[in-house]
Amino acid sequence: MGNFPFVVAMLLVILGLYTLLFKRNLIKLVIGASLIETGVNLFLVALGYRTAGIAPIYTYAPPALADRMVLPTPQALTLTSIVIGLATTALLLSFAVVIHRHYGTLDVREVKELKG
Amino acid sequence: MRGEMSVIVRTIARITYALILVFGFYVILHGHLTPGGGFQGGAVVASGFALLPVAFGAAAAKRYLNPSLMRHLEEVGSLAFLALGFVGIGISFFYNVLANSGSLFGAAVPFGPNSGILNSAGTLPFMNWAVGLKVMTGLMTIVLVLLVGAGKEGKD
Amino acid sequence: MKKAAVFAAFVFVAAFLLFAAGRLHPFGEPSAPAMDDYFLAHSQAETGANNVVTAIVFDYRGFDTLGEATVLFAAILGVVAVFRGPREDER
Repeated sequence: MGNFPFVVAMLLVILGLYTLLFKRNLIKLVIGASLIETGVNLFLVALGYRTAGIAPIYTYAPPALADRMVLPTPQALTLTSIVIGLATTALLLSFAVVIHRHYGTLDVREVKELKG
Repeated sequence: MRGEMSVIVRTIARITYALILVFGFYVILHGHLTPGGGFQGGAVVASGFALLPVAFGAAAAKRYLNPSLMRHLEEVGSLAFLALGFVGIGISFFYNVLANSGSLFGAAVPFGPNSGILNSAGTLPFMNWAVGLKVMTGLMTIVLVLLVGAGKEGKD
Repeated sequence: MKKAAVFAAFVFVAAFLLFAAGRLHPFGEPSAPAMDDYFLAHSQAETGANNVVTAIVFDYRGFDTLGEATVLFAAILGVVAVFRGPREDER
């Protein structure tokens, strides 16, 4: 069970995938997409861990551990990923508001035909 | 007024709004020394701003912070970030010419743990401030537009 | 029938993800740390920043930050444009 953090991140992705496939409400679909993004970000950060390491910052770092720092590149990539996830969620939610205003319902199976 | 919450919520929102703003600006300003930077500090300040429409109603918040001013400030932040990439254009795009140079923000940093020299890291603090302004005003624009636009009834 | 096929595909993808997560490198020993060791050893001498993550985001990998700023700008543009409505065109 040494890879437990990776398995937990994949469990989050699987839960988000289940929500996207089997739920009908539009807001629940947005929550599912957000769950998938959260699982991927957790997986990225867990990739760069070194056992008994400290944060990669030299301000007030304890001198005994200063040569055993966690890898900084996956953290930089996770920053970009979080901001892009936020942009996607904002656009999805604004589309959900406009769909509800136009059709009167949030059920995905009823918003199928194109109105004028 | 429509959408306003009770007296307790409004009083606590006024106090914590000031504290959250101070903490968010601290995280943006010291991005090259402590954990944080432009994106994280901008998100903290936008969360502090987002207290206002929730506690006081969308109409009052729109009178206090003009949405078109927020949009223009976001454009200024984007253009400043792009212009800072051209500072070191003699060598390449995004080159850090001010680091280790002895002028503004140019102090040299020795290797190893230290207690944080504010005057270091070249063009990095300017980039932090530009990105912090952009993220802060952009997220506040999204909050205001969603709250005001979703409150209107359907037009058709 | 269609629901059974979707459920079978979902179970297959879930089993594949869990099996792949169990076969990665052990948690705590990254497999190729040569680039990050260079960043940790030289970022204070080359960029002068104590925060190595900020130095990577804005100096060593500045183009990724430029792309992310563009994505954020396009998203805000999209949200504002969706709620503008046809008020000016219908008059």
